[in-house]
Amino acid sequence: MTTIPYKSYLEPQGKYTGLLDWLTSTDHKRIGLMYMYAIGIFFIIGVLLGLLMRIELFKPGETIMGPQTYNGIFTVHGVIMIFMVVIPGLSAVFGNLFMPIQIGAKDVAFPKLNLLSWYIFMAGAILAVLSQFTGNGPPDTGWTFYAPYSTQTGTNVLMAVTAAFVLGFSSILTGLNFIVTIHRMRAPGMTWFKMPLFPWALYSTAWIQLLATPIVGITLLMLIAERVFKIGFFDPALGGDPILFQHLFWIYSHPAVYVMILPAMGVITEIIPTFCQRRIFGYKAIALSSIAIAGVGYLVWGHHMYTSGMSFTARWIFSFLTFIVAVPSAIKVFNWVATMYKGSIALKTPFLYALAFIFLFMIGGLTGLSLGSLATDVYVHDTAYVVAHFHYIIFGGMGFAFFAALHYWFPKMYGKMYNQKIADIAWLILFFGFNMLYFPQFVLGLQGLPRRYYDYMPQFETGEVLSTIGGFVLFIGIIMMITNLIRAARNGPQAPDNPWGGKTLEWTIPSPPPMENFDTPPVVSKEPYDYE
Amino acid sequence: MSDVAIKHDEHRDDLGAKLGMWLFIFTELLLFGGLFLVYAVYRDIYAEDFHLGALQLNVTLGTLNTVVLLISSMTVAMSITAIQRGNKKLSMQLVLLTVLLACVFLVNKYFEWGAKFEHDLYPGSDLVLQFKRGSIIFFGLYFFMTGLHMFHVVIGMVVLMVMWFKLKNTTINKDDNVLLENGGLYWHLVDLIWIFLFPLLYLVT
Amino acid sequence: MSNHKAEHQHITDYWVYGLILVILLALTFITVYMVHLELAAWSVAIALGIASVKATIVLAYFMHLKFDNMLFKILVVAVVMLFVSFILLTFADYLYR
Repeated sequence: MTTIPYKSYLEPQGKYTGLLDWLTSTDHKRIGLMYMYAIGIFFIIGVLLGLLMRIELFKPGETIMGPQTYNGIFTVHGVIMIFMVVIPGLSAVFGNLFMPIQIGAKDVAFPKLNLLSWYIFMAGAILAVLSQFTGNGPPDTGWTFYAPYSTQTGTNVLMAVTAAFVLGFSSILTGLNFIVTIHRMRAPGMTWFKMPLFPWALYSTAWIQLLATPIVGITLLMLIAERVFKIGFFDPALGGDPILFQHLFWIYSHPAVYVMILPAMGVITEIIPTFCQRRIFGYKAIALSSIAIAGVGYLVWGHHMYTSGMSFTARWIFSFLTFIVAVPSAIKVFNWVATMYKGSIALKTPFLYALAFIFLFMIGGLTGLSLGSLATDVYVHDTAYVVAHFHYIIFGGMGFAFFAALHYWFPKMYGKMYNQKIADIAWLILFFGFNMLYFPQFVLGLQGLPRRYYDYMPQFETGEVLSTIGGFVLFIGIIMMITNLIRAARNGPQAPDNPWGGKTLEWTIPSPPPMENFDTPPVVSKEPYDYE
Repeated sequence: MSDVAIKHDEHRDDLGAKLGMWLFIFTELLLFGGLFLVYAVYRDIYAEDFHLGALQLNVTLGTLNTVVLLISSMTVAMSITAIQRGNKKLSMQLVLLTVLLACVFLVNKYFEWGAKFEHDLYPGSDLVLQFKRGSIIFFGLYFFMTGLHMFHVVIGMVVLMVMWFKLKNTTINKDDNVLLENGGLYWHLVDLIWIFLFPLLYLVT
Repeated sequence: MSNHKAEHQHITDYWVYGLILVILLALTFITVYMVHLELAAWSVAIALGIASVKATIVLAYFMHLKFDNMLFKILVVAVVMLFVSFILLTFADYLYR
């Protein structure tokens, strides 16, 4: 083996220096980090907007803002969190950072395209942020842009919709890149069923990004055309059907939920065997259940529309399919728990986040089933119950998995170790704050509190106050976690190459990884989780 | 061949490149797929009005454009055969011919759209807004679908011109021509969509 | 993954493309002619059927699917099936409203 002087991907690579060195780099790890910094900023903005809403709801009546401002804020919160944080979150950040390494590749299949995706993402994100400050006030339609209101409101819907379209394009290109990478760039000897499960999850995710996003793309284009040229696709006065907009929107946006949660499940599947030092239970079942979720996930969009006036036949079909999609998700949960059984568990921070994920995802998933059943949904549709459900899935699921991934791979990304005690405390605060914030909303929703109102009846005050306090606790936890990590990245102690005893390929290379990951291309002969 | 050889050859992967192109084509198909879904729903609701709307369209021009696109699809396919056999000149001529046919398509469309505008048949015009609701939707769909398709024709022309230059400076050559194949695939996609647009818009009975 | 570089290429003769074009043009004229037959309910099905045949021919020959990797064929079929299920599920709403 020739001795190539070791140089990590974080060090300057010549040609340019400083920021430009990063902005022109096609290295997958650097692009992943650039996504992470951008998404981190958007996440904080989204959190602050959420807090503003919580403050408004602290007391009945107008507390700090009027109804129009509130409508604008929940729309902006939704657009930022959905399109700019959770959809790109795990796949663009950790997918870029670790998927190529885990399959033993030097980079993704199309590195330049990968960098282009980042620029498109940033362009879309800037448009989205601009849409809040230009035109006649921020869009007030909710992140779903339901027609016909979105074709008529005077607020800045046009720019926000364009932003969502551009962001979707970035998502498509990332998905395309990942599919080709996984098909073509696996290390010699790494057959499909020797591939780690995080790439498996990303593979399924990529197919959703690729095939579902164009549908919302065309829908948003039609919405734009409708606003600009008065075509009438979704305007009943001109013969259009607003429910068709909902169909098209959810054909994408329901699968998009799996774009959020599938990579999260992949992360958890990586973490659990490592910290139990045990082979993953039911490898093939987990791998194939990702594909199954992606497949069936395309066919359940109608469960967002039970009360929209859809035909009864369509409603029961969609309800039935919704129950089917729960099966592969449950398979994963059972396998995770079975992996822990008789393992030698190390209760480190990433594992704690993984446990929190399973707990919160269970609550979110099971309340999702109660929403998926027709009769219940009619009563709780558009109430706080729904808000609680999807925050348990999206924040409790995807968000906590993101934090888990962050703490799991942090030593590999920066070559530094964080203060684990502070990280554990932050986890505890986050976990308590989260439940305190969102659990009361289940109760409030069942009592009949509708979502998306700046005001409420006095009998809901206890729940709302609890929820707001929980929001602040959660916020403290987030700040504590982030400052701990930033401090560690700056001057934490040196981390070993394999601090957790992981078996996948990223733990066989130095921390932080060198520019092209492997000095000699790895040859794989064993299965990925070869403990015991 | 051994793995070492690949490592030095700045990873060229024809199959991977083609897979990437196909995936992109899938996204385009589903983009139009969304429109076809909308078309199907409204055609189901307003069968009669769609028929009346379609009567306003010029079937002769539509047929002519179909023929033009089919021929152009053939010429671009032939250009790949030509380069695979090492006939650079013929390949370049065929690509250029394809671009010219694309121009013919656009000129045709220009006259077609122009005539519509002359008769006030465009979305949001006073005349169209007096139509029955299904016909309003029909004209909306007609302009939106053909407009989006036209946009793809223009992109396709740019792609083909890039191919022409790459053939010229032998970036695309007898041994390495997956780029031209991918460019060709994009052009066939444009044809593929038109194959469905034509009967759905012009031949509604 | 070892056979990365150029795979063996199937070179299609010019005359095949010529023949394909003739078939496609013939099918186009049949579709246009059908309109005048006033077949009412069947005309949509026939028009779409012919369009599908044409699309299949374009995919198989012009787009080389017939001679290409199996993977592409599987994927194309899967995408078409996905789109068909979108249509079917949407019409589960519109046909029974």
